[in-house]
Amino acid sequence: MGMTLAEKILAAHCDRQEVRPGELINCQVDFVLANDVTAPLAIEQFRKLGVPSVFDRQRVAMIPDHFTPNKDIKSAENAKMMKEFALEQGLVYYEQGRGGVEHALLPDDGWVLPGEVVVGADSHTCTYGALGCFATGMGSTDIGCAMATGDIWMRVPPSLKLVYQGHLNAWVGGKDIILHTIGDIGTDGALYSAMEFHGEAISQLPMESRLTMSNMAIEAGAKAGLMVPDATTLSYVRARARREWQAQEPDPDAEYAEVREYNVEALEPTVALPHSPGNAVPLSQAPRVEIDQVFIGSCTNGRLSDLRLAAQVMEGRQVHPRVRCIVIPCTNDVYIAALKEGLLAIFAEAGCAVSTPTCGPCLGGYMGILAEGERCVATTNRNFPGRMGHPKAEVYLGNPAVAAASAVAGRLAGPEEVLGSAPK
Amino acid sequence: MTLRGRVHKYGANVDTDVIIPARHLNLNTAEELAPHCMEDIDAEFAQRVRPGDVIVADTNFGCGSSREHAPLALKGAGVSCVVAKSFARIFYRNAINLGLPILECAEAVDGSEAGDELAVELETGTIRNLTKDSEFKAKPYPEFMLELMRAGGLVEYTKRRLASEKR
Ligand code: SF4
Repeated sequence: MGMTLAEKILAAHCDRQEVRPGELINCQVDFVLANDVTAPLAIEQFRKLGVPSVFDRQRVAMIPDHFTPNKDIKSAENAKMMKEFALEQGLVYYEQGRGGVEHALLPDDGWVLPGEVVVGADSHTCTYGALGCFATGMGSTDIGCAMATGDIWMRVPPSLKLVYQGHLNAWVGGKDIILHTIGDIGTDGALYSAMEFHGEAISQLPMESRLTMSNMAIEAGAKAGLMVPDATTLSYVRARARREWQAQEPDPDAEYAEVREYNVEALEPTVALPHSPGNAVPLSQAPRVEIDQVFIGSCTNGRLSDLRLAAQVMEGRQVHPRVRCIVIPCTNDVYIAALKEGLLAIFAEAGCAVSTPTCGPCLGGYMGILAEGERCVATTNRNFPGRMGHPKAEVYLGNPAVAAASAVAGRLAGPEEVLGSAPK
Repeated sequence: MTLRGRVHKYGANVDTDVIIPARHLNLNTAEELAPHCMEDIDAEFAQRVRPGDVIVADTNFGCGSSREHAPLALKGAGVSCVVAKSFARIFYRNAINLGLPILECAEAVDGSEAGDELAVELETGTIRNLTKDSEFKAKPYPEFMLELMRAGGLVEYTKRRLASEKR
């Protein structure tokens, strides 16, 4: 019997001919990461092991992004501890002004590659599955141990095959496909499983939109969200790769726990209503609620193509007087590109607050915390109660064009509702 | 080992953002985190909880972020174990790694109410509801997980492994 993409990759990392769902394996890892929130605990656990150094200093990254540039003294102490460890060990490290949000930064800078096993002390580590690697989030203790040994125990997950047929409409992208999927299968629809995305709609998606989809696999409870490397993947990776890599693909006779088919022809921009990514509805059925804040950014939708979409909607228009619109490019490379293309000028002229890369408001850290009763449209991945501030604030998740249109309209809106009015 | 305490009951999809909100993630110890545990869904939890108490919840407990601060905050608050219909996988790993016992048992969840007194025997997975005089059997841990727990968590387990490899 053949193996799925996840099984192929895991088998290649534990010197077995084959692995099957449910088996416990000890798995070699190609790359390990932590951030300013999770690294302090991971480093503490690493120290307890009594080993002098990490298994391979070019395969361990420490990324300051959640509360950085540091929001308060405690965060500064955590970031300092992480930085000192990174420098002492000679790890992959990016200081402010040169890095960005980990899950945008690491694939863009060629640190995570097809066919690899990547573990990170952050749940959205699953983002890299879009490159055809097995990438999964864990806690700090797992990561502290993996940094020392270069391996980790794992239970081989069953795979769920998701096939998307048809062509996407204008203003519809990876974000809408994945929100629609989570709405369909639920926030535990892929619990303990690997999602494997297929179909012509996926083949036509540019790399950035694929990363957006895999990013949200965890929102369906999945351990990983993988895509089969194709020409789009290879041209993205070849321009960046920091080391040799070996892509894998699923066997034609692979066994899936379930296969689901979708046709995306009728898919509209999709939004997740409060307070769950699983509350996904087509934009046309979403209430046109008045809003107080818009956030365009994060490892889900803060990439260059996302900013281009938002700028297309915002160019020559003004953010509604009642609304704060916060725009945060996800990495410094994206920031620089957006600056040179004039996108940041479009945002600033429209009345947005534009910031240096950080996670900031995505996790309710700083830079845009919501008060009781406030409503926000965000391009991020989670809208649990309290995720962006007060537990009685509301977060609506959508794609960057929807977020930009809502900022202009002062209420939840789609790009066509705004573009219908002539630019001022 | 038998754990004994009163039930605090919650629904499905209790996520890590409500177990410990991100605004407190600049804190790192169980003691500092405990006063904020569950504050966004149950403001009085930290005052009400007594050492040994048991959290009982529906499906997908601990979904969301990978923050180990979540099981740490629960431990700090005195919670002795969590019984749920299912757990999010990262939370499951974190809890085992840090020595917070968690048990999957749908019948015990349906058969317990807030305030009930539970006695949980980890080795056998037996959950007794002393208030209702009923008994349930949780899904047994895989052997490897038991080995991890016997070693006292992943760090101790790894330490021993590294030591035996050196020899
Ligand atoms: S942008 Fe948001 S989801 Fe992404 S790593 Fe940062 S906090 Fe997590």
